[in-house]
Amino acid sequence: MPHDVMQAEADVLVIGSGAAGMYAAIEAARRGADVFLIDRSLIGRGGATVMAQMTVAVALGSQVPDHWSHHLDDTLAAGRGLCSEKLARLLCHDGPECIMEMDAWGIGWARQNGHIAQAMAPGHDRPRCVYVDFLNTGPAVSKTLRTAVNKTAGIRKAGDLCVVDLARHDGAVAGAVALHLGSGAPVLISAKATIVATGGLTRLYRRNSASGNMGGDGYALALRAGAPLVDMEFVQFFPIGHLAPRLVGMDPIMWDPFRYKLGGRLLNSEGEEFAHRYGTPEDGKYVLTRDVATFAILQEVEAGRGSPHGGVYLSFQHCGEDALRAAFGPVIDRLAANKIDLTKMPVEVAPIAHYHMGGVQADDRMTTEIPGLFVAGEAVGGANGANRLSGNAITEALVFGRRAGASAAAQAQRTQAQPLAREDAGEALDLVAADGPRRDLNTADMVQALQATMADDVGPLRSEAKLTRALATIETLARDLGERPPGDGKAFDPVRLDWLDLRNMLLVARVVAEGALRRRESRGAHQREDFSGMLDAWEVNQVVRRRGSDLAWSARNGATVAVP
Amino acid sequence: MNHIARLRIWRGLDRQAGRWETFEVPFEPGQSVLDGVRWLRVHRDPTLAIRFSCINANACKECMIELDGRTVYACTARLEPREMTLAPLSNKQLVRDLVTEIAPPSERFG
Repeated sequence: MPHDVMQAEADVLVIGSGAAGMYAAIEAARRGADVFLIDRSLIGRGGATVMAQMTVAVALGSQVPDHWSHHLDDTLAAGRGLCSEKLARLLCHDGPECIMEMDAWGIGWARQNGHIAQAMAPGHDRPRCVYVDFLNTGPAVSKTLRTAVNKTAGIRKAGDLCVVDLARHDGAVAGAVALHLGSGAPVLISAKATIVATGGLTRLYRRNSASGNMGGDGYALALRAGAPLVDMEFVQFFPIGHLAPRLVGMDPIMWDPFRYKLGGRLLNSEGEEFAHRYGTPEDGKYVLTRDVATFAILQEVEAGRGSPHGGVYLSFQHCGEDALRAAFGPVIDRLAANKIDLTKMPVEVAPIAHYHMGGVQADDRMTTEIPGLFVAGEAVGGANGANRLSGNAITEALVFGRRAGASAAAQAQRTQAQPLAREDAGEALDLVAADGPRRDLNTADMVQALQATMADDVGPLRSEAKLTRALATIETLARDLGERPPGDGKAFDPVRLDWLDLRNMLLVARVVAEGALRRRESRGAHQREDFSGMLDAWEVNQVVRRRGSDLAWSARNGATVAVP
Repeated sequence: MNHIARLRIWRGLDRQAGRWETFEVPFEPGQSVLDGVRWLRVHRDPTLAIRFSCINANACKECMIELDGRTVYACTARLEPREMTLAPLSNKQLVRDLVTEIAPPSERFG
C-alpha cells in the first residue's frame, strides 16, 4: 500500500544541518524568512562539521599581526592556480566576522594570555588557525550553532528527511522531494528559495574521514536539476589518516592536531624521515601541504618502504610524556584505552578521503545558474581550486552559509509563494513510493564495491588505465542498480536508502572519474602517473552539466580545454 | 588471527511482532560492535537497519543501542568472542530493527 504524499512549505528550505546549513538557516531567519532546516540524519549531528578536529583558518591577527589579504594569498597559492578568486576572497574577507560571532555565541575558542590562540598550519605564512581544545573544534561548532538555531525565531527543523530530488517549476527550483525515514513516506516541500548544504562526497571512498552520509547527494541533486558543477576531479586526501592499530571512539584525522602542537616525525619502514625526497624537508616540524604529503606517502609505500598495513609511521616517541600530556591531556587516556602509548610506539597512518574541492558552481552570493537554487559550504565548488589549505573548510562553511542565507532570504522576499503540485516532482515521488516487486539486490555490497573502485582507481594517484577501469565498473554497477528501488518502503528501510544513495553516488563517481580522465596533467590533489607536472594549458576549471544521460564538459571563463 | 562473535540481534518493525536472529561475525581484536553490524549488512543481510553517521569517532552520538541490556554506543563497544545480544533502546519508540526515534520532539517531521 503506497504512502500518501505529505506536504510542507517554507520561504527558505535548507538541506543539510552542518555548519553551512545551520548558519544559513540563522541568517535567513533573522532577515525575516520562514525557514525549514532539514537533514537526512539528526539535526547538527551528521555530516562533516562535527568531525572537525582542530583548525579553523582566519586572519584575526589576535597574536601576531595579520590581514585577510595574506590569508587570501596563501589560499590562492595552495589552490595551484585554480581557485575562484571571488569565492576565495569572500572566504578570507568575511572569515573574521563569522569567527567572532561564533565567539560571541560562546564557542570557547582556545585562548592564550587573554587572546584567541592561533596555531601554525602547513601552507599558511603565519599562525592563523583558531581551535577548541581538546580535538573538540567540530563538536563545539555544531553545538554552538545548534543552540543559536534554537534561539532564532522562525526556524523549523526536521531530521530523518532524505532529499531525493529538487523540484522545479517554470525552470526554477521551487523545493524538493524527500523520503521521510521515520515512516517511509514521500514529502513534497515547497520553498521560494532552496539552499543545498549537503557537504562533500567522501563516502565514495573506502577509507574516509567524514560521516557515512556524505555520498555527494548535493552534487547529484544540483546536476539533475540542471546546475553545472566545477572542479569535480579534485578530491582532497588527508595524508595522515589513522591506519593501525584499530582505534575506536576517535576520529581518524586526529593526528593533525598532534602534529600542529608537537611536530612529530613521519617515518618509512626503514625508520627514515622521507619528506625531503619530495622537495620539503620537515626536520620534525609540520610543513608539508596535503597534496605533497599524500603523494610522498604513497610513493614510499610503492617503493616498498611502507608500514605493515600499507602506510607509513608517525612517531611522537621523542616528545616525552610530559609534553604529550600538556598538549592533549585527556586524549592521552583515550589512546591508552586503545592500548596506544605514544612514548613507546609509533602509529601507522595513510591517506584517507577527506574533503572535496569541487562542487556546485556559484557566484559570491551563493546563487547558481538555476533560479531559486543556492548552495553553501563544501557543496560549493571553486574556492579552493586544486588543493584546499588546512583550516579553510569550517571557515568556508560559516561564511558561505551566512551569505547563502542572506541571498535566499532576499530571493524569498521577491517571490510569490507557489505550492508545488505533484506533477512538478512526479519522478521523484514515484521513486520514493515505489511498490514494485522485491528484488534480490545487495545494496550494501554494491556501496562497498564502489568504494573499493574509487579508492583503488580514482584515488590520489591516477592513470588512464585505472580511470577507464573505474568508469567501466561504475557503469556496470549503475546497470545492476536499475531504474526502480527495491525494499519494502516502510520505516527506515536500509535497502531503499542505499538504493537512493547509490543513484547519487554512481552519478557523482562517474563525474569525478571522467573529469580526472580528461585532465591530462598533475595538479594539486589530482596526480596522474601517466602525465606528471602542471601544464599551462590546463590552468582551467572544468565545468560539467548533465545532458540527458550524458555529461557535457566545458571550461569556465570561455578558456579552451586542450584535450590532446 | 580472527575471532568469532555471535551477535543475537532483535529484528522487526513492531515490538509485538519482532524476532531474534543470530549471526556469526569474524573480527580482529579492537573492532567495534558497529563494525560487526556493518560487516553483516555487506556479507549476510543488507536489510538489517541501524542508525549511525560518523562511523568511528563517537561524535554524532546516533548509534545508541542496548548491548546485553545496557545502553551503549555501538561505535565504541567492542566485539568479543562470545554471544552478544543487540536490541533497540527499550525506552524509545521503535522504528525498525536497532533503530529508534531519538530526535528531540521539536526536530521530528510530521
